[in-house]
Amino acid sequence: MDSKITIKGLNLFFGKTQVLKGVNLDVYRNRISGFMGPSASGKSTLISVINKLVFFEEAVRTEGSVYIDGQNILGNGLSDVALRKKVGTLFATPIPLPRSIFENIAFGPKLNGTWKKSDLYAIVEESLTKAFLWDEVKDRLDDSALKLSGGQQQRLCLARTLALKPEIILLDEPCSGLDPISTLKIEEALAELKSEHTIILVSNNTKQIARACDFVAFLYLGELIEAGTTDKVFTYPDAKMTEDYIQGKFG
Amino acid sequence: MRLNPRWINKLVTWALTFQAVLAVGILVAIILVIFIKGAPHVSLGFIFSYPEDMGRHGGIFPSIVATVLLGLLSLVFATPLGVGTAIFLTEYTKESTFTRIIRFGVESLAGIPSIIYGLFGFIFFVIKLGMGWSLLSGTLTITIMVLPTIIRTSEEAIKAVPNNLRMVSFSLGATKWETVTRVVIPSAMPGILTGIMLSIGRAVSETAAVIFTMGSSLRLPTSLADSGRTMAVHFYILAREGISLEKAYGTALILVMTILIINFVAYYLMNRMVAKYS
Repeated sequence: MDSKITIKGLNLFFGKTQVLKGVNLDVYRNRISGFMGPSASGKSTLISVINKLVFFEEAVRTEGSVYIDGQNILGNGLSDVALRKKVGTLFATPIPLPRSIFENIAFGPKLNGTWKKSDLYAIVEESLTKAFLWDEVKDRLDDSALKLSGGQQQRLCLARTLALKPEIILLDEPCSGLDPISTLKIEEALAELKSEHTIILVSNNTKQIARACDFVAFLYLGELIEAGTTDKVFTYPDAKMTEDYIQGKFG
Repeated sequence: MRLNPRWINKLVTWALTFQAVLAVGILVAIILVIFIKGAPHVSLGFIFSYPEDMGRHGGIFPSIVATVLLGLLSLVFATPLGVGTAIFLTEYTKESTFTRIIRFGVESLAGIPSIIYGLFGFIFFVIKLGMGWSLLSGTLTITIMVLPTIIRTSEEAIKAVPNNLRMVSFSLGATKWETVTRVVIPSAMPGILTGIMLSIGRAVSETAAVIFTMGSSLRLPTSLADSGRTMAVHFYILAREGISLEKAYGTALILVMTILIINFVAYYLMNRMVAKYS
């Protein structure tokens, strides 16, 4: 199996508090990997290392390395801006920019120097189609994105990320505020997207992880307890703790 | 004894309504007085002709030009400087002794009486730098005077932009500068414009600082080195020296109208901007 991301001995501190403790993990190319665990398990922090947004917090210090295609992103080789063009992020709550649907999706491509209206339109259509939103908004692309429903906004945010054609897509509990139908639509979109992208889905909804993911990693208080294929972890977990978590005994 | 909460509620509602009506009423009364006293003396001729006999006769055209020039030019200087400072303080530094000193300085500047700015402008621009009583001296003085307003309001507006919008922008590969110019400033624009509007109002209606630095020549200012007399200064001189109260009220009316027009235009622009970004 081909690794897209390799995390080696990753420690992360907020001031004196250690939030990630010696995490070693491979994330496979063109697969959906789920990170699950109770709150404060470090799963969201872990993905914010991969997009390096964690470094906007105060007093962050890391040890260890995170390789993407063999390049250590915690080293000096790759700029944060270049990294984030490879790694797209979807946040827990939908955060549309206060502008039109079209302009939301064109935001990233414009940063990359695409300004021609027809080129942008093609990107907007393609991205919205992949996010299963095109049919619902194609007649009102110039409307404010803030007028969309929560579920539509989250798919808009997904389309906005896709517009940059990222190699990796990080989803930080993307369905925590959504109804079951909107959640299903996001999961459908992800299933299609994995042929072209490497996807990490953070969720504390074990059912969603079981439905949507090929691989799963279970974290607890900053430690990686166990990782493997979804089938393996959900049927024969190695650790008792994993089993208890999946069965909902704590969390 | 305990009063019935419903009665208290009614009482408070009435009291607050009365206060609001009083506040707006005073404003309306002022404008009405100026309108009633000024309107008979205002005509197209008054607006477009030159003053004669120290302003006893004729119009106020040069003063209108001087006022508009002073207002616009000080904004041209103060807006980039003020908004830039606000961006620096909010986006490019962390809270530190340094930023606290700047902020304290800005707040102190805001509390200084305008005549002190006038005195400074007179000593520094007019005398020391040899600019004389001129549009340039006046503009620079007013620029310094309105800077604190622009900095403070812009800073508050920028701080009010939700942080997750910045995170979204960064997550899409934007640099800090791209995030500031494409996400933060557009979202903060209504607040920034409010500060700019307040500043125009102050610049246009200022007298003390302007007399000291721009002088009170009645000629039409045609270059930055020319002296000029703004409408506020013209009004002050007409009334103070008993030259012509009629012309003074006429001038006051035009001044108030100018400020109202500027505010309407600014509100119009602001609403268009808000419509575009929400």
